[in-house]
Amino acid sequence: MSKLTDLSVTEALTGLAKKDFSALELTRQHVEAAERARPLNAFITETFDLAIEQAKASDSRRAKGEAGAMDGIPIAIKDLYCTKGVRTTAASRILENFVPTYESTVTQKLFDAGAVMLGKVSLDEFAMGSSNTTSAFGNVINPWSGPDPANAERKLVPGGSSGGSAAAVAGRFAMAATGTDTGGSIRQPASLCGIVGIKPTYGRCSRWGIIAFASSLDQAGPIARSVADAALMLRTMSGFDPKDSTSVDAPVPDFTTAIGQSVKGMKIGVPREYRMEGMNGDVEALWEKGADMLKEAGAELVEISLPHTKYALPVYYIIAPAEASSNLARYDGVRFGLREHGNSLTEMYENTRGAGFGKEVCRRILIGTYVLSAGYYDAYYLRAQKVRRRLREDFEAAFKKCDVILTPVAPGTAFGFGEKQNDPIQMYLEDVFTVTLNLVGLPGIAVPVGLASNGLPVGLQLIGRSFDEMSLFKTASALEKSAAFTAKPPFVA
Amino acid sequence: MTLDISTVAKIASLARLKVSEEQLQLVAGELSSILQWVEQLNEVDVDGVEPLANVNDLPLRWREDIVNDGGRVEDILSNAPAKTADFFVVPKVVE
Repeated sequence: MSKLTDLSVTEALTGLAKKDFSALELTRQHVEAAERARPLNAFITETFDLAIEQAKASDSRRAKGEAGAMDGIPIAIKDLYCTKGVRTTAASRILENFVPTYESTVTQKLFDAGAVMLGKVSLDEFAMGSSNTTSAFGNVINPWSGPDPANAERKLVPGGSSGGSAAAVAGRFAMAATGTDTGGSIRQPASLCGIVGIKPTYGRCSRWGIIAFASSLDQAGPIARSVADAALMLRTMSGFDPKDSTSVDAPVPDFTTAIGQSVKGMKIGVPREYRMEGMNGDVEALWEKGADMLKEAGAELVEISLPHTKYALPVYYIIAPAEASSNLARYDGVRFGLREHGNSLTEMYENTRGAGFGKEVCRRILIGTYVLSAGYYDAYYLRAQKVRRRLREDFEAAFKKCDVILTPVAPGTAFGFGEKQNDPIQMYLEDVFTVTLNLVGLPGIAVPVGLASNGLPVGLQLIGRSFDEMSLFKTASALEKSAAFTAKPPFVA
Repeated sequence: MTLDISTVAKIASLARLKVSEEQLQLVAGELSSILQWVEQLNEVDVDGVEPLANVNDLPLRWREDIVNDGGRVEDILSNAPAKTADFFVVPKVVE
């Protein structure tokens, strides 16, 4: 039998339906692949026994004609989603031994559709980072580093924060994965690993049971190897949830029907402000090439302006830490998580949090506490929220002229460990093209379009109107078809 | 805005975060450079602009004021670092 780990989700579902192979065989091959891929350190917690059990249950459902939309598909879950009875760490020491007694809404939806969980994959601690180097459980290595990634001369980061998800999907040891995106955490790792990732509109997926980082920005979304697979995953993950007060009660269209639809007559906006200094020349060239592809497919290119673009990152680095400092106040060593001894209650809090949080998390809590503190709230937080509205006005004006916007995902390709580590702002610039969408709530998808001259993948981002993921999937699938990106990483499990 | 060590120590104490003496200096430098970088927001004209907190402009939903969950003592205590009977245990607060 050929390697089942190479199939797309869509192909695997066809194979399962035709009884070419069983869910058990499919899962076994993925478990074996995940074992071979251990040097990449993508998993924080493997749940292979559970996966085998779930696969067996899937086979019996299918035999009874009760198979769900994702029945028997082995996926990886970002370790920010609470999973009942399975340790959930947020890649932090402070939650090292946390075992949720409840299931996140999104993982519940995936399990209800029959998905099989291979394990919980790594991320930047509390999803704060763009390189998966702040995890308390070690670095995840990008399968594009080389045929023997762990011993490669220059080990590359998978991007972040959903680095484990992207590495597992690109390395062919999970068919798809869940991610979360607060500033680019789905789209940037997808781009750096040569795969597809979508952050839907804010409110599309329930945040209930996902460990909170910055609640007004956090969204769940899938990472997959094709646009069709991402559409199927997102359809399964989406939907109104009364348990999340910001979940939106809107119908979820069947995103998969957008695949292959013509983009003829669509207007694609290209924002001039995204041509920024320091951008990798290959990224810029591929961006232009992507625009040409859509033009050839019948779309019309329109130059647009998003004048406040340069302010998005500074706005983000006020709002995200502010919300994080508030959300992370719950880790106090009392109800769950790590506790470090202290002679008083306050000392216990301080010792616990000092020992449990890593450097980047501490940095953001401190910034957030400062910008929210008396005397500074108006100057920082309130001003940032006002500029945030200016950013949204930019998009409102732009979408009068176009239907979808095309931009790069990240300014460059995957980089080596240790690079960009000494200067937080350099690292923050990784998200310069992605954070804006979180601030304004719009959906964005990353699609691989080609390799840079260094042999590493480059993705482009498509941005859509609020709740118009259909246009995104349509355009993304046209781009995917024209780009015909088939390159595989040198390491495949 | 440049933060001095005593300001950082005060923020750390507000955030209930133990930061060692040697770390304070480093953190003060890092926070200062981030704060200087975000100061470019002062260039933007925000006169009369409403702050944006909720991107979907939807009012928060109300629900009936009735109990819809509860009786989960075991679940709630299952991850507690210290517990006794049905209680969380914390260091002594009152002498």
